[in-house]
Amino acid sequence: MFAYIVKRLLGAIPTLLFLVVAAFFMMHLAPGGPFTSERPLPPEVLANIEAQYGLDQPLWKQLWDYVTGIVLHFDFGPSFRYKDRDVNDIIAQGFPISLTYGTLSFVVATLVGVSLGIAAAIRHNSWVDYFAVSLGIVAQALPNFIMGPILILTFTLWLGLLPGGGWNGGQWEYLIMPVIALSTSYMGNIARLTRSSMLEVMNSNFIRTARAKGLPARSVIWRHAMKPTLLPVISYLGPVFVYVLTGSVFVDLYFSTGGLGQSYVNSALTRDYAVLLGVTILYGALTILVNLLTDLAYAWFDPKIRY
Amino acid sequence: MFAKSDKAADLAGEITDAKAIRGRSLWRDARDRFVRNKAAMACVFVLGLIVLFVIFGPLLAQWSNEEIDWNRMGDIARDGRPSIENGHYFGLDELGRDLYARVIQATRTSLLVGLIGAAMALLVGTAYGVLAGFYGGRLDGAMMRFVDILLAIPTTLIIILILVVAGRSFITLFIALGAVSWLTMSRIVRAQTLALKSREFIEAARAGGVSEWAIITRHILPNLLGVVIVYASLLVPEMILAESFISFLGLGIAEPNTSLGRLIAEGAGTMAYGTLWQLLFPLFFYVTIIITMFFIGDGLRDALDPKDR
Repeated sequence: MFAYIVKRLLGAIPTLLFLVVAAFFMMHLAPGGPFTSERPLPPEVLANIEAQYGLDQPLWKQLWDYVTGIVLHFDFGPSFRYKDRDVNDIIAQGFPISLTYGTLSFVVATLVGVSLGIAAAIRHNSWVDYFAVSLGIVAQALPNFIMGPILILTFTLWLGLLPGGGWNGGQWEYLIMPVIALSTSYMGNIARLTRSSMLEVMNSNFIRTARAKGLPARSVIWRHAMKPTLLPVISYLGPVFVYVLTGSVFVDLYFSTGGLGQSYVNSALTRDYAVLLGVTILYGALTILVNLLTDLAYAWFDPKIRY
Repeated sequence: MFAKSDKAADLAGEITDAKAIRGRSLWRDARDRFVRNKAAMACVFVLGLIVLFVIFGPLLAQWSNEEIDWNRMGDIARDGRPSIENGHYFGLDELGRDLYARVIQATRTSLLVGLIGAAMALLVGTAYGVLAGFYGGRLDGAMMRFVDILLAIPTTLIIILILVVAGRSFITLFIALGAVSWLTMSRIVRAQTLALKSREFIEAARAGGVSEWAIITRHILPNLLGVVIVYASLLVPEMILAESFISFLGLGIAEPNTSLGRLIAEGAGTMAYGTLWQLLFPLFFYVTIIITMFFIGDGLRDALDPKDR
């Protein structure tokens, strides 16, 4: 197992390098830099600014400095837009907020989704079942950016119960709507997946045996059916975590929570390549890590898989 | 001489269309299964209505999507309501443009995005997956490694990156969506090709001296078609979702073009001012398209993938 983890971590290095290099070249080959504006700067001034950010160096040198900066000092360089802030500051300020939303939504989606799916499967063809199934269908058509406006319309404008945005140190009133908006569609998918997986397991031979030998329903479900039911769900959780992380781009923007997504979209609109690159690499690295964790969790749950 | 025999001629005369037992092809079976699926057929009907609306809706429009109704733009919440009399069936948007024309334009964009994104995934993903799976070995290893690397990057970020770098236009949008959509498709196709490759009929074709190209086009591709169509149909709503998400953030299609995601974003931005129709009309079309596409995809899967039932 340990050897497998090391192997996977080493395997992630070329992936990350490829991401860094590809994103780096894409941005530098793009027409129009961060300093092009409607009023062109005098050439001397532009040359000075470019020298300050190292943009006058040959491309390979810039790339080398960038990569070594990340690897040696964990430094993503200065922002091209904000003179007094570098990318590390922006990430350090916004990422904890985004991560809070992301993790909370992930936990909510998983817990509620799995419980709903199991309840639906146990009470097959009852109202719980129908509710779970219809939630699964509706959830697919209501991704975060649709849920956001609907929630604000209902809870802020009509009922006046919850604040329409902001972070406020992570007070619970400010967390409710973003978390609901982010988690609903994945909750529906997880519920659907758990339900169909559980229905399949409950029809299998070993469950029939467990029932035949007189085990109470509770122990059949929890001791025997649970593990095989959750296997396909676990393999879906990795992608969900990634979706939730990128989905938090929307939450940050729509609920103005001050998270990383706001900086990301702003940097995309103003062509602040340094921030864009830094955040992309951060999310890429997180994705790789989460995929690894998913595989490990899978191996832990399924004794048939050996590494 | 056989052809001249009277008896043979008689027999040939007897074998008519009505008597010959027609084999039922897999495709015919699949079509029958799909037609029997009520939910899927209802969704095809609704989606057809939306397509007809996009094609023929402009004939009924009294305003174009770019005209500004100067008389009513002063107080949109009061004068811009949806009404039959003044020709703004869906009301006005925040700038005084006719929402009916804008919704048609946006629905067209979103449908095109879904179709073209899925079509690109279909072409590129199938070609890539067949090549990797059929030739195998080191080529397969290298090609699939590349796919794994790309899959490890969040797709929305790739799309945003490409749109920012290459500029926002229809063509870059399609390229960006195509760039992310073919990855999973190529994996599915490769796995299927690997399974097909070792089957007896491929071996027989090889033994019979059929060229590799002919094996791929005549034997492998037709057998992949079912899986590929099912997955492509599930990709359509995903592409529409991705595009709408990016347009909602303001990074997608730029004005004067618009998409449903953009209209929903605009409607959501003004919903506090009592102009709710600006949110509800685009939302209705969006949700309807997505839900019908999911049901059609499910129906196709049930029809074409008998294993799954």
